[in-house]
Amino acid sequence: MSILRLFTRSARRSAPAARERLQVLLAHERASTGSDLTAILREEILAVIAKHVQLDGDRVTVKVDRDENVSILEIDVEIPLDAARAA
Amino acid sequence: MGKVIVVTSGKGGVGKTTSTAALGAALAQRNEKVAVVDFDVGLRNLDLVMGAERRVVYDLVNVINGDAKLPQALIRDKRLDTLFLLPASQTRDKDALTEEGVERVIGELKRYFDWVICDSPAGIEKGATLAMRHADVAVVVTNPEVSSVRDSDRIIGMLDSKTLKAENGERMEKHLLLTRYDSLRAERGDMLKVDDVLEILSIPLLGIIPESTDVLKASNLGAPVTLSDARSAPAQAYFEAARRLAGEIVPVTVPGEKRGIFGKLFGRKAA
Repeated sequence: MSILRLFTRSARRSAPAARERLQVLLAHERASTGSDLTAILREEILAVIAKHVQLDGDRVTVKVDRDENVSILEIDVEIPLDAARAA
Repeated sequence: MGKVIVVTSGKGGVGKTTSTAALGAALAQRNEKVAVVDFDVGLRNLDLVMGAERRVVYDLVNVINGDAKLPQALIRDKRLDTLFLLPASQTRDKDALTEEGVERVIGELKRYFDWVICDSPAGIEKGATLAMRHADVAVVVTNPEVSSVRDSDRIIGMLDSKTLKAENGERMEKHLLLTRYDSLRAERGDMLKVDDVLEILSIPLLGIIPESTDVLKASNLGAPVTLSDARSAPAQAYFEAARRLAGEIVPVTVPGEKRGIFGKLFGRKAA
């Protein structure tokens, strides 16, 4: 079994990986022509936070991971203790 | 201050993006901080070749317009801590790039990174001229093929006239990176030889990248070839080219050529 696995691993082809990556990427790009939902959410969420906290670009990290069926939007905002008063 | 390199060619499809990714990863493996910047606004692909396409949030145009700060837009490579990508915008066109905006972003990148590698779009229009505008060094990617050599000659002319260095009367450092080279076909007389291309373009040679299936494999997987298969012939050639960029003296060898010919090549001037 382990020998077989070793063999199939060494014979693994790169084209299926290319195909899958393209399918995921193009599905997202086609779906987002005109309106990119994660971009809209990102802007609106940041706008809401900015109403209450003085947003400092250096203290905001936005990450996206577009997967086959879902996208993960991750927004990290550092909120200093005195931020609420400052805003 | 870091060095700004433009990877350019005039002609499309000769290997600019592949070379940007491979050289960037090779330099980053020397523990130097590297940013690769995609200037192909509207048709970005460096993200895909680097395997970061799922993680793009902000892009070069966002940073130019002030929608995002530079550190927010930079994507750190998952395999190499010192390698970062600044993607191009996919939804805008080249007019979204402004001369002042590009100058500011490049200036900021130079402060943080040892190397800023700008992947130029094909053609000779705004995107290409802005990609080369602030460069200290140009890597001219050329295939041993007539139309590619002609377009490279045109680009060399632009590097000598339209860059800041040229306008200030300084000499623009230019290097030839010959890609998709097949020494067997060149030996047979069916492909332009290294010396033919060097004689026509008369700029120093940075490296010869052999035609290889490993390059396509790497882009399939979304990894620079110098990361996905570091021992492959094209990766070795890119590592050598990166060492030359960093100022080391490394004799140029023609990949795949017979041993007896090495002696002859030893005398060839490296970049």
